[in-house]
Amino acid sequence: MRFAYYPGCSLHSTAVEFDISTRAVAPLLGIELVEIPNWVCCGASPTHQRDSILSYALAVANFNKAELVNEQIGVQCASCYNNLRRALFELHHSDEIKKKVEKVAGLDFGNNVQVFHLLDVFRNQIGLEAIKEKVTHPLKGLNVAAYYGCLLTRPPEAVAFDDPEWPTSMDDILQTCGATMVDWPYKTECCGASLALSRTDVVQKLSHDILKMAKIHGADCIAVACPLCHSNLDLRQKSIEKKFAENLELPIFYYTQLMGLAFGLSGKELGLDKLIVNPWKLLEEKGIGSKKS
Amino acid sequence: MKWIIKDLSQQNHFRQKIEALSQENLSLCYQCGECSAGCPIISFMDVSPNQIIRMIQLGREEEVLTARTPWLCASCITCTTRCPKEVDLAKVMDAVRQYAAIKKIAVPERETTLLQKLFMKNIKSFGRQFELLLIGKFNLLSGHFFKDVLLGPVMLRKGKLKLLPTFTDNLKQLKQIFARAEAEEKIEETTGKQ
Repeated sequence: MRFAYYPGCSLHSTAVEFDISTRAVAPLLGIELVEIPNWVCCGASPTHQRDSILSYALAVANFNKAELVNEQIGVQCASCYNNLRRALFELHHSDEIKKKVEKVAGLDFGNNVQVFHLLDVFRNQIGLEAIKEKVTHPLKGLNVAAYYGCLLTRPPEAVAFDDPEWPTSMDDILQTCGATMVDWPYKTECCGASLALSRTDVVQKLSHDILKMAKIHGADCIAVACPLCHSNLDLRQKSIEKKFAENLELPIFYYTQLMGLAFGLSGKELGLDKLIVNPWKLLEEKGIGSKKS
Repeated sequence: MKWIIKDLSQQNHFRQKIEALSQENLSLCYQCGECSAGCPIISFMDVSPNQIIRMIQLGREEEVLTARTPWLCASCITCTTRCPKEVDLAKVMDAVRQYAAIKKIAVPERETTLLQKLFMKNIKSFGRQFELLLIGKFNLLSGHFFKDVLLGPVMLRKGKLKLLPTFTDNLKQLKQIFARAEAEEKIEETTGKQ
């Protein structure tokens, strides 16, 4: 299975461990990822908030480059995925928008492009059986809260491969990897992502609520599929603990890092050293991995 | 709050503009309040999301553009997903922001618009985001010089911030895309004025 891989800006910087673990896990499941040469930023939230047509035009520029590699595009960043999928949806559903976008992009939109989130590919194309076959080091005793955030499943008509209010694909995969999935109500709550720099106070409150809710429901850690969720929950966790005078100490993993651990990959191969909240204490306590190995 | 509708033509203009930018029909909204009930940011807002729709329906341009709400919306799309009348409120919030930007109207929550400008400028200059410059410039221009200053070294040590930008080899094409988008916006703005 071959995909034109669109990492997006975050996976080349703040979420480099998401990229590392994706590239480590995908080939084990028979997925070949070929990075789209010269891909450009999807524009993220700031661009569509300023000019929707420009946001779709950036998507078309990327689709054109992707087509040189493959018509199936694989994405990991939930925000890039959301932007590219929504652009596809608008281009397919409105000729008026398509005309405007093609004019701004200076490019034709190829109708055959498809955009997939790799979580969807793992869950629905590769399947749980194939994943199970690869599990050599089950995540026994690890209580994981799967956190999907906003952009992975909303709006459903444009992006969803899973239920918009109660998604289960990440739970299914990690359960297959041997983890115990926590039943909690904040799976699709918003962490405030796009306000991270401009209104950090809002993000701290929302992210605090998510961390706290996971903790209350017995989570040892949280699994995410979005670099923005990750940096808000992981990078800002210390300041959140300070602000709310609470001890949370929840390691935040990318779901591919947990898959990789179950497949027997080392912490180094999965970029675990890049996480801010130290995951080793928990992993060693549960006998899942050791920093030394 | 008591609102008197004085100027029907002005009311229509603002509402029509927002409906055109968002491609949404605001008459569909019957004020059930589901959007506000699910909004994760509502406790920080001065006007609730359903009130924003009502204000637009009534053409209350000034009230909408001086409210913090449209600029606090995190684009999480919860309201859109839950609206029983399928009004895409996240898109309507985008349209309000776009309207203010096109008209160059000063808005509350200036830091959000500052970040947006810097973010888009980086894309135009490099093709991809360059976080170090984004954060640096944002702190400098917003006056919050030491904001997140402790996070920078941690991220650098972990190799999570690039020290230099990555340039894509299609910057000329990208600049043209941005220029055409700007030109199109101007044409729409001038032809849209009666």
